[in-house]
Amino acid sequence: MKNAISDALVITKRQLLQLARVPEVLIFSTIQPVMFVLLFRYVFGGSISTGQPGGYVQLLMPGIFVQTVAFTLAATASGLAEDMGKGLIDRFRSLPISRSALVVGRTLGDSLLNIVVLAVMGIAGYVVGWRPTSGLPKVLLAFLFLLLFGYALSWTGIFAGLSARDARVVQNMSFMITFPLTFLSNAFAPTTGMPRALQYFAEWNPVSTMVAACRELFGVENQFGATAGSFPSENPLAMSLIYMVLIMAIFVPLSVRKYKNSSK
Amino acid sequence: MKSVIAEHLIKTYRNGEVKALDDLSLDVEEGTVLSVLGPNGAGKTTTVRILATLLAPDSGRASVGGIDVIKSPEKVREIIGLSGQYAAVDETLTGWDNLVMFGRLYHLGKQASINRANELLERFSLTESARRPIKTYSGGMRRRLDLAASLIVRPKVLFLDEPTTGLDPRGRQEMWGVIEELVKDGVTLLLTTQYLEEADQLADEIAVIDHGKVIARGTSDVLKKQVGGERLEVVVESAHIKTTMDIVAKVSGDKVSLDEALRQISAPVSTGATALIEVLRALDVAGIHPLDVGLKRPSLDDVFMSLTGHVAEEIVAVPETGKKKGRK
Repeated sequence: MKNAISDALVITKRQLLQLARVPEVLIFSTIQPVMFVLLFRYVFGGSISTGQPGGYVQLLMPGIFVQTVAFTLAATASGLAEDMGKGLIDRFRSLPISRSALVVGRTLGDSLLNIVVLAVMGIAGYVVGWRPTSGLPKVLLAFLFLLLFGYALSWTGIFAGLSARDARVVQNMSFMITFPLTFLSNAFAPTTGMPRALQYFAEWNPVSTMVAACRELFGVENQFGATAGSFPSENPLAMSLIYMVLIMAIFVPLSVRKYKNSSK
Repeated sequence: MKSVIAEHLIKTYRNGEVKALDDLSLDVEEGTVLSVLGPNGAGKTTTVRILATLLAPDSGRASVGGIDVIKSPEKVREIIGLSGQYAAVDETLTGWDNLVMFGRLYHLGKQASINRANELLERFSLTESARRPIKTYSGGMRRRLDLAASLIVRPKVLFLDEPTTGLDPRGRQEMWGVIEELVKDGVTLLLTTQYLEEADQLADEIAVIDHGKVIARGTSDVLKKQVGGERLEVVVESAHIKTTMDIVAKVSGDKVSLDEALRQISAPVSTGATALIEVLRALDVAGIHPLDVGLKRPSLDDVFMSLTGHVAEEIVAVPETGKKKGRK
């Protein structure tokens, strides 16, 4: 057990070393979300009327936080697929290390990366007028929540990466799933303008419940939520937690099994 | 004592459609080198992957260092080193980063991992490039680093899967030198290769495999005798074919064959260069100037021709989900 943890940490360290050796990766993975903050804030912010004190950016930031965290799973998936393709996974599997070390280490590394990215985005948000009003403990809780969500999602990335044929393919595929998921939600605009079926989807979309939960924790009224009354819109925090547990319950065992049998 | 034993291994892919291993058995005596020789698709990599605990056979038994690879793979992993056909190191990281990381994963402790990394870098003449990302390494350097990574805990049994495939002649020579040193240190080595020359140079014994089976086994001398040794080949103008065939037949004393399209006459010879000189003298006396002449040593293709009666054909690698083109 002690070895399992230290093995995982060696893998996490590997990921950090990779970032240190190719700092461009870290730079671009923080620039992109900051760019989204600026684009949405200044391109759409003017035309979406919210009546929200502090304006659109208060509603936008939780949306972009969740989107950014969801997007990192593409990097997880392509990183793993690349390790597979190059035979690095085989090398790890030939070592006397715990079977979970590689995947656990990777998910921990993703979380550390998310901390950095969320911190940079938080600062960028502050610069363009984002002001959470709920007090520090709740703000920190919101960030913790985002990290947990990112952690759960990174297991889906692990599974996708281990199942993939090619790193570029799986990266594009991940975006094809996460992109619509983040937009078919309450993250950037009210869901009430969507066709009925999509509204229903958006309401139950984990991205929406996460965004709603974060808005609540940042002290903003969730004006982009769908019709009140449904379980996810009434209990976004609980629903998000349920989603995270569900994702982990499915993808942790799947990923570990996939890794064990990855050359079957 | 046998360090590696594989008995009746069977492995199929795609629900039995593709038979990678078809009742393959082999063993390696402790402290010796066995070379598994065969064309692409013969089952070399599959064999290594099973012995290195990366893959479970459909049936059959295998043990490494007396430990069952199917029942106790964790214990086997503690005593083996594996270096693959594709350099399995992290290319983004430096050579030093990689070796220290693998040291940590072998639970060497921080300082011991660093010491071992430095030692191996020195031994494989990589000290100067230690702080450069692997991406910038030449093919030969990359292979040497990969080999170093498999030697971190001084394995009892080492598996090298096509260690020189894709290297230029110089890289190959360097790699051979490194491997020969290892063998001197007494490691038990199982090495796969497509090159008879490589097996010849490095192995105590050779197992020739084709279609997932061992089809011949022995020292390189024994195998070469089976193939029939050297052949003499002469190319002449069409008008001189008849006379030349007579000359070659006299020197060889064996069956002479003719490739009419190439105007090439060839026959097995047992006296090597002497036979070549005799033929050239006789041709000169007859006033024939050969367009090309030479001795041809048996190649893997010849071994195959002689052992199986068919050319070593390439079997298309089995594409499978989430895998590299590793099944060779």
